[in-house]
Amino acid sequence: MFPELNNLLNTTPEGAEQGKLTLLCDAKTDGSFLVHHFLSFYLKANCKVCFVALVQSFSHYNMVGQKLGVSLTTARERGQLVVLEGLKSAVDIFFRPQEEPHPLQFLREANAGDLQPLYAFVRDALEPVDCGEAAWRCPVLLVDDLSVLLSLGVGPVAVLDFVHYCRATVCREWKGNVVALVHDSGDAEDEESDVLLNGLSHQSHLILRAEGLATGFCKDVHGQLRILWRRPLQPTTPRDRSLTYQYKIQDKSVSFFAKGMSPAVL
Amino acid sequence: MAAAGTCGTGTRSTGSMVAAASTNNVTSFQRRGPRASGADSGCSRLVSIAGTRPSVRNGQLLVSTGLPALDQLLGGGLAVGTVLLIEEDKYNIYSPLLFKYFLAEGIVSGHALLVASAKEDPADILQKLPAPLIDDSYKKECDEDVCSHKMEPDIKMKIAWRYQLLPKMEAGPVSSSRFGHYYDISKRIPQELIETSKWHGFFLPEKISSAFNVESCSLTPGYMKLLQFIQNIIYKEGFDGSNPQKKQKNILRIGIQNLGSPLWGDDICCTENCDTSHSLTKFLYILRGLLRTSLSACIITMPTHLIQNKAVIARVTNLSDTVVGLESFIGSEKETNPLYKDYHGLIHIRQIPRLNNLIYDISDVKDLAFKLKKKLFTIERLHLPPDLSDTVSRSSKQDLAESTKLLGPGCGMTAGGKKHSSDYVGSSQDLSFVS
Repeated sequence: MFPELNNLLNTTPEGAEQGKLTLLCDAKTDGSFLVHHFLSFYLKANCKVCFVALVQSFSHYNMVGQKLGVSLTTARERGQLVVLEGLKSAVDIFFRPQEEPHPLQFLREANAGDLQPLYAFVRDALEPVDCGEAAWRCPVLLVDDLSVLLSLGVGPVAVLDFVHYCRATVCREWKGNVVALVHDSGDAEDEESDVLLNGLSHQSHLILRAEGLATGFCKDVHGQLRILWRRPLQPTTPRDRSLTYQYKIQDKSVSFFAKGMSPAVL
Repeated sequence: MAAAGTCGTGTRSTGSMVAAASTNNVTSFQRRGPRASGADSGCSRLVSIAGTRPSVRNGQLLVSTGLPALDQLLGGGLAVGTVLLIEEDKYNIYSPLLFKYFLAEGIVSGHALLVASAKEDPADILQKLPAPLIDDSYKKECDEDVCSHKMEPDIKMKIAWRYQLLPKMEAGPVSSSRFGHYYDISKRIPQELIETSKWHGFFLPEKISSAFNVESCSLTPGYMKLLQFIQNIIYKEGFDGSNPQKKQKNILRIGIQNLGSPLWGDDICCTENCDTSHSLTKFLYILRGLLRTSLSACIITMPTHLIQNKAVIARVTNLSDTVVGLESFIGSEKETNPLYKDYHGLIHIRQIPRLNNLIYDISDVKDLAFKLKKKLFTIERLHLPPDLSDTVSRSSKQDLAESTKLLGPGCGMTAGGKKHSSDYVGSSQDLSFVS
């Protein structure tokens, strides 16, 4: 996790909020550093994490996690982390047909149906087990990323249904959190992506949006992060607070600064 | 321009060159710790594969694309287990060259090849690969080209004086460690090299017979067959380490030509809303899954300029690791622009992956142009940002035709000082953010 981002979001691993849907969004840039942040954050917060990793292999996340101070292999062995590796599972299910329903069953079907098997997988992974051992703090579902599901033939409504089911179970019932990454296609006129993004933006409590700079590529400022708090839990706080920062990604952390205050410029 | 038959010696010294190629490669730099996103087994063993080297940044295993200038732009080379997507230029003249360079590099380094095409027989493609150059002949080529440009060698550049201090984009073969090789496009690869190499071909018209059972999967039959073929080769030849008998310590280079074109049975280039709209993206996803779990690297050329639906192009880009776009000047108004008169087109590095890392090696140069010389394909920098110091004096009236005569070897020039843009950040050529 990035300490500076924790400060901006006003959270600590000990005092993480529960029952929230966080939407990570990127437009014209790569927002995967946010996924790494939240993954290591929730692992450090002693939460049980179900990670649906559809974009990269497990070793990629593991190596970045080690730089951020968490070991995914240890977490997986301990039972704190359940990972669904999308790339590996896709190969398995495509070339060796499985008998029992597989979370990525829709890959074999011509008209991709719904994400019911995937939801069943998440539910089984995060179900709070009532035994005397050290209980994890709260269940967390982390998806990287939902736009890949659109590319694989799932309709945007099916993806929204999946998120709705997950929210109902994980956030409401089990008081956990859901974090998902979606790509904003910008001017590429991707209607399905827009439907998904708008639908999720409406439902989420916190939106982190990583954008590329409008002026183009810059070596010292890699992009701009917009943080939007929606649905404040206390009715007295002002609605929809928003902050904008610029960031630079380094080897082991990301540094944030106010707009125009990059250390390279000052 | 006497070529001096230097490449003819290639046939004589083929044996020694192949031997040299396999004993070349990696430096003594070895990074401890878990290795690339390829096979998880055996860290130090992977380093000893011919024609590969570990990346300086994260120990990722890299292979050369066959074009050392492109390797430099991609951060050292193409990572094993990733996909390099080449967006074809409009008339598909220059992208086959990059395709051939990749395959030729595989033959010279001793890698296994898998060539898939719907248009040309893979055996024919292999016959037309360029011949590798040995060191002396490359230096002679460079010198000849430089001489032909320097008509007035003693005139110092007055406006574009910074260009004189700049090195050219590509590193000469003397300095490189034989990780990448140079090729002569005007000559064919020697037959012996092809025969000693291990290659598998996939020619779509042969593989698709009339009586095939279409499984109700939303992949077009052509893609389905290709995936099964690739998976078969990877499994049988042991590139994924699963076959206990064949522990292959070699790289499989996969080349797929014109993916997405109607010849593959895909409508995505013909209509905007087609039935098989997810076929291509599904194919790419599963292909990447195959690559990530095996010692292979893939090059795909795709006619993205034909794809009607821009959303699909964005999705295809997100599903590929490295994306390079070629834009040739033929037929566009840029052909007559004096700025571009030395070049044949622009090359855009649209995406570079972040592998095992938060950061990646991105080159600062965004204005890149390519030129197809008689024997070589070169990539050069096109513009430099203006010098913002106060001592630079710009003459207000500068005839553009006159100023282009002052060009040094292979350098472009910004049109003379019209306005002093002091807030210039980034490049003028490509404003989209490369992620």
